[in-house]
Amino acid sequence: MTWFQWLLFALGCERFLSSWEMRPGGLTGADGTWIAALAVIVLCLAVFGRREGPERYASIHWLILAGTAPFATAGAGGMGDWPGNAALAFVTGWWLFAWLAVDGMVRAREGMSQRVKALLVPFAFGLSLLALWELTVTGLGISPILLPAPSAIWVTISTSLPILWTDFKETFLQGVLAGYAIGCIAGFMVAIAIDRSPFLQRGLLPIGNLAAALPIVGIAPIMVKWFGFGWESKAGVVVLMTFFPMLVNTVAGLAAADRMQRDLMRTYAASYPQTLIKLRLPAAAPFIFNALKINSTLALIGAIVAEFFGSPTQGMGFRINTEAGKMALDMVWAEIAVAALAGSAFYGAVTLIEKAATFWHPSQRRRG
Amino acid sequence: MSWLTRSALPVAVVLAAIVALWYAGSVVMNISWEVDQAKRAGIEVGEPAPDGFTDTWFPRFSRVILNPDLVPGTMTQERPVLPTPGQVWHEIWNTSFGILADCEVETTEEGWELSSACGRFFTSKRSLVYHAGVTLSATLLGFGMGIVLGILIAVGITHNRAMDMSVMPWVIASQTIPILAVAPMIIVVLNAVGLQGLIPKAMISMYLSFFPVVVGMVKGLRSPDALQLDQMRTWNASRWQVFWKLRWPASMPFLFASMKVAIAISLVGAIVGELPTGARAGIGARLLVGDQFGDILKTWGALIFAAFMGAALVALVGLAQRIVLRRSGGASA
Repeated sequence: MTWFQWLLFALGCERFLSSWEMRPGGLTGADGTWIAALAVIVLCLAVFGRREGPERYASIHWLILAGTAPFATAGAGGMGDWPGNAALAFVTGWWLFAWLAVDGMVRAREGMSQRVKALLVPFAFGLSLLALWELTVTGLGISPILLPAPSAIWVTISTSLPILWTDFKETFLQGVLAGYAIGCIAGFMVAIAIDRSPFLQRGLLPIGNLAAALPIVGIAPIMVKWFGFGWESKAGVVVLMTFFPMLVNTVAGLAAADRMQRDLMRTYAASYPQTLIKLRLPAAAPFIFNALKINSTLALIGAIVAEFFGSPTQGMGFRINTEAGKMALDMVWAEIAVAALAGSAFYGAVTLIEKAATFWHPSQRRRG
Repeated sequence: MSWLTRSALPVAVVLAAIVALWYAGSVVMNISWEVDQAKRAGIEVGEPAPDGFTDTWFPRFSRVILNPDLVPGTMTQERPVLPTPGQVWHEIWNTSFGILADCEVETTEEGWELSSACGRFFTSKRSLVYHAGVTLSATLLGFGMGIVLGILIAVGITHNRAMDMSVMPWVIASQTIPILAVAPMIIVVLNAVGLQGLIPKAMISMYLSFFPVVVGMVKGLRSPDALQLDQMRTWNASRWQVFWKLRWPASMPFLFASMKVAIAISLVGAIVGELPTGARAGIGARLLVGDQFGDILKTWGALIFAAFMGAALVALVGLAQRIVLRRSGGASA
């Protein structure tokens, strides 16, 4: 075992022993005994199971995990009546175990291809995080006003799909997409426009770099005053947030084609537009896609922030704001889940397009 | 001299152009109110469409051309649609250094007088400098925590294959969560645990700023090439030694590059974190108060001040980068 595993083992033992002491009657009660036994088994398996060749036992790990999870949540009050530290030891041990299961999956040499693994491993890890969340919230009896369980959030999502859809339409399909398109195109156009003037480039680049780092989100209340509560104000914030990253990256990208390639274009007697379209824009593509990716997450944040300062009676930011005020956190988390999903999908879509468009670039080639 | 003409002059020209455009924008945006006021006072004004008063772009431009005598008024309005740079500058100056501070009334034989320490100074709690200080402390704390967290995750990712495969997608996914949505909840949850004020805001800053550090440091810690790693192996270096003597120094340029992004984003996080806290103090609170009371100058003052602050913070990190990299042999990313 490495020192790291020893540390985890020691931590687990400490948790367990202190749970023993904390319990009023020691561990004499029947429930206390089997809870403690379970915690010990989980911890021991988690730590020592690894020595037995984790790759062979990954599936057994998962079986044990699935088998033990209901113990915590099922029954009256779940772990609510457990001594505090036993519950904590169980949750900690359980997740440690889950981590080793993920580790075993990674080390497994047979059974699945690398591509499947690359998809399955993050998925399994995310699943274990969700389960940890569920176990902690339901098991330790955390108030839903503080942190709702994933299952409760899921119920809210499935029962209020129409609301979520109208909010999504209002914020994402109108504010985000319009602002993203306008901001990115404007940044790109300005970069092309100043391409032939080194003077303007030298002047605009430091300012653009600076502006890309500024808290532009603060412009939201002003935009709402100017453009009202509709999608225009959201789009306005998004335009300003996305403009500068696009400008700076495009200008940097247009300088990326190297000297030899440009000289070759000149020997072909290529005109400026030809060089731009056939050499420099393709060479700039990785930079432009980088900006598109940065902007895809910025845009959603900008639109939601804008809605905090005023929006029609729908929209993701509006809903989050009002539901948080009503302490209906399951609805808030449902909106967050939708936003995260939309953001990830947006980012993923841009990445896919990038892969298709810049397949020739070293960063896109398969790693050896 | 060449530095002046190569970088300072272009930047100055572009800045001057921006300021000029800003002034022009102020005139166009604010003209309608002036025209309306003049009409109400019974003064003859030129109107593009005398029947109806619409406040869109075309009538605005026409009003400026038709009423050149009303233009000076557009730059001194109390509640302009778009304040001029001069107005914003005055607002920043007045609310930073122009507020009475340390004032106590002392009774004397002749009547009363103000205490000797009393003066217009930035120590007042109503001063923008005080609010900036509140935001700055949350920014720096969150920045520090974000760097530590980011480096720890990056070290884990580079040294553990399971973490490499499983953690990174979730780190990216974490950034697609709109932070403002999480901010009120972080504040409520931490309040239940007994944490108030600085820490929740710093947590939001940390949430935003750890991401560029993770991305940069993973790249940086992996930047030593196979030749260098082989060299370490021929010296029989332990993992620990490889880390401290090769990977860590090699990652410095990457760390500083991501720190520049992280500190800017950390400031955004602190400002956003101040919005839902009930707006007691800080730049975010000033933005919100200015918005709620229709005091547009206050909002602009806070915004531009925050912009200067962000620029200064990024410049400071850049300075630290130059010093550290020069001392360690002048490597650059």
